[in-house]
Amino acid sequence: MIRYGSAVSAFVLTVLAASCSHKGESAILPKPTAFGAAVVESSGGKQLAQTGSLLPQPVVVQVNDEQGAAVTGALVEFAAAPGVGFDPPDGLTDSSGQVTTNVSLAGMAGRYQITAFTFDKSHKRLELKLEEIALGYQETLGRRLNDQYCDRCHNSESTVERVSNYDNLEVKPHPFTEGDTLNKISNTDLTAIITNGGPALQKSALMPAWGNTLSKTDIQALIAYIRAVSDPPSRSAGPTYARR
Amino acid sequence: MKEKLTSLWQKLFGDPVRAFGVVSLVFLLSLAIAPAKNYFSEWRHYQHSYLRMIRNRSDANTLQRHFQGGIHQIWLPELGVVDRCTSCHVGLKEASLTDVATQPFRKHPVVPHKLDEFGCVVCHRGQGAATTVAEAHNSTLAWEQPILPAKYIESSCGQCHRGPMLGTPQLNQGRALLKREGCVHCHTIKLPDGSPIQPNDDPPSLEHIADKTTREWIYAWLRDPQSYAASATMPNFKLSDDDARDVSAFLMANSAPLAGDRAKITAKPASDPSAGPSLYGESFCASCHSVQNAAGNLVGGDVGPELTRIGSKVKPEWLQAWLRNPRSYDPGTAMPHYRLNDGQVATLSGFLLAKTDSDLLANVHLDPATPEQIAHGKRLVSDYGCASCHEIAGIKKPENFAPELTRIGSKPITQLIFLPGMQHTLPEYIAGKIKQPRAFSPGLKMPQYTLAPAQIDALTTALLSFNERSFTLPPSLAVPGVPESDYQPAGKAGKLMSDLACFSCHRISGHGGDMAPDLTWEGSSVQREWLVQFFKNPGTLRPALIRRMPRFNLTDGEITELTDYIMTVYQNPAVDRDSMPLSGYPQGQVELGRQLFYGKYSCQGCHIVDTKTDKGYIGPTLTHVGSRLTAAWMYQWMKNPQALRPGTIEPNRAMSDEDARALTAFLMSQKGGAKQEIAKK
Repeated sequence: MIRYGSAVSAFVLTVLAASCSHKGESAILPKPTAFGAAVVESSGGKQLAQTGSLLPQPVVVQVNDEQGAAVTGALVEFAAAPGVGFDPPDGLTDSSGQVTTNVSLAGMAGRYQITAFTFDKSHKRLELKLEEIALGYQETLGRRLNDQYCDRCHNSESTVERVSNYDNLEVKPHPFTEGDTLNKISNTDLTAIITNGGPALQKSALMPAWGNTLSKTDIQALIAYIRAVSDPPSRSAGPTYARR
Repeated sequence: MKEKLTSLWQKLFGDPVRAFGVVSLVFLLSLAIAPAKNYFSEWRHYQHSYLRMIRNRSDANTLQRHFQGGIHQIWLPELGVVDRCTSCHVGLKEASLTDVATQPFRKHPVVPHKLDEFGCVVCHRGQGAATTVAEAHNSTLAWEQPILPAKYIESSCGQCHRGPMLGTPQLNQGRALLKREGCVHCHTIKLPDGSPIQPNDDPPSLEHIADKTTREWIYAWLRDPQSYAASATMPNFKLSDDDARDVSAFLMANSAPLAGDRAKITAKPASDPSAGPSLYGESFCASCHSVQNAAGNLVGGDVGPELTRIGSKVKPEWLQAWLRNPRSYDPGTAMPHYRLNDGQVATLSGFLLAKTDSDLLANVHLDPATPEQIAHGKRLVSDYGCASCHEIAGIKKPENFAPELTRIGSKPITQLIFLPGMQHTLPEYIAGKIKQPRAFSPGLKMPQYTLAPAQIDALTTALLSFNERSFTLPPSLAVPGVPESDYQPAGKAGKLMSDLACFSCHRISGHGGDMAPDLTWEGSSVQREWLVQFFKNPGTLRPALIRRMPRFNLTDGEITELTDYIMTVYQNPAVDRDSMPLSGYPQGQVELGRQLFYGKYSCQGCHIVDTKTDKGYIGPTLTHVGSRLTAAWMYQWMKNPQALRPGTIEPNRAMSDEDARALTAFLMSQKGGAKQEIAKK
């Protein structure tokens, strides 16, 4: 009996300690010296990272006043579903009105909604919602295959190292983010187009058949990637993880 | 008080019947503890919530049919797996549960392995046999293997898969960094097959360092290598001013002069100020070397060292000798021996020497070294293990200078010392150690690296894969990587190819770089005359490529030597060069080929045949392909490109013999006035 008693008290103590430390974490916030009227995205939305990993670029948000001018010294806090990490989780806007944070996504593949919020003069909460995309194994494999085989035509952006072929094509390929079109094409049809080429669905022959080059697993991975990056989101890509 | 106790005793045990009743009650209650614990167990709670969750779904019946109550177990004796995770993670195999956001009910994401064949802990770590959340996921007193954080999950792939895979970019990067950042110079890492991981960063020998640079530069470099070049591989050893002074004194005193490094060139650099940059451009130095641009970004390749401040580092005579023939200073260098004439050497060295940074050495003033300083420097060089990476005359490469990391991925937490505030897990420890090694103890020798957070994660992932399980798993599960071949071409041509450092860019029979095309079957692929012309004046085959083969100013004799060797030795047994003619195909077949090219196969999406109409930027330009490739190669290529060059991105179109022959006929008719074009460049 005594052993149970001590176990129970140990449990209670642990819970108490845990709740205390939790309170301690959120208690220390920098004091804002100014308040804005809006919080807007500067950069860092819609990025891709592997599950659990750091986004390649930091998320930068800006606080503006009623006239749209940057506000220095406003407090911005970041929040998201459990498991998403922010470094730092909050901060005061700098001289250009911005707060920068490095974000690491949680362990499940899918979309993560990130909320940046600040308060205006009347303590009304102002929010900005961003979405980031975590890629699981299959989507990561698809992304690599996309980089190797698809991206040069399907992505119109050029870099010095990798010049896009998009503009050279008479019939323009669909960028994989083009959810309005691609979400309407079923997995079966996408598989058919990738495997047998554009003409399989009465589309352009400029899209060659990849069925003898890529395996079935590869093609499924590519489709998983296409569904993951689609904008607006594809229904088959699973839920969006947001703050509870 | 005493009275109260006595009366309580009287009430409970006053007479035998009463005592019997109370004792029975106590026994009954204590007997009920076990079933109650079982009834209120966590896994049962999760199974109830799962059943509640699926009740309202449209596929409730199917899910209900699949559901089985009780503790589930995956038992794989040969892997040492006893996993009960599926007792709570009930829906792992339910394809329809992808839309469920709450754990533990989500479907397992698609991976190449089956749950029943590998279980859970092989990839995720944790306590498979545990049936409570805390014991399964966290480290407890009895079990200390916590769940592996998702960001390191690829390390588990590396337990069996020893080579790079497309789906594990982070593991691949980490393994590459272990070689590239020189970690394995000091830390031995043996793979389960017993072979140690070999570094590939090629740190320079310091035996003739005084020919190359000044003591002031060595001092500044030792203090902070990244202030000279942000991309420098050499880590920061955080030497004090005095230590850097003494090490630089020792290295200078220990250096032996090399004949030739001090020979002055009498030729004058070209008077045209644009001659330097254009020679740098024409020689494609930027394919391997980078320079920081005005915006602070590095532009160029990373095979050779960054050249942003090269003028503040090297001595002019040394640079000229190096440009004339780098192999006399460093026989194993990746830099090709350009056959530059004295005028070109003067122009190029003048251009490079102007890349200086006046701030770098502004505050470095060193008095002549004393014998004590030199002796102290020598001691420091031994203490810090400099000879683990660099060749230094008189100092032997230390054996096992740093702890071996062969099984670092299963190091017990009890053997680790953590920093205050650090999570007590192995991945955190490894990442922390890479990030700030000296924070663990100021006396540690491990230097400070300049790595991005993603690189640290990648390195940690790779290190976690070197664990006990990778040694104990059944050998049938191990997937070995493709070992780097040590192929070396023979004879005079082979010597010439080493001199030109062909393997720094090209790959032949599994050996060499990946910047330029694989030449394993080059002799079957190209026509001899084209190859000769290409050596004389290499043009680019791909319109969008910024890198290209430099011109090495080879003599006619050297070109013949190389061409003969390539055409004879690098032949694919499946391609008979002489089996198809280079020209004279019937007009009808050529016309059919043209229709196939622009119609059925739409090759113009990637290739250019007619510069007026075609725009494809991905594959090589084909305007002259009839004078470049052999017909037999082209035909086989149409049939199956990957059979000739594994990994090439041209899709295999599974062409009929007739289509392949017609396309070959059409492409062989594209001679494009080749000679004239090449002469124009």
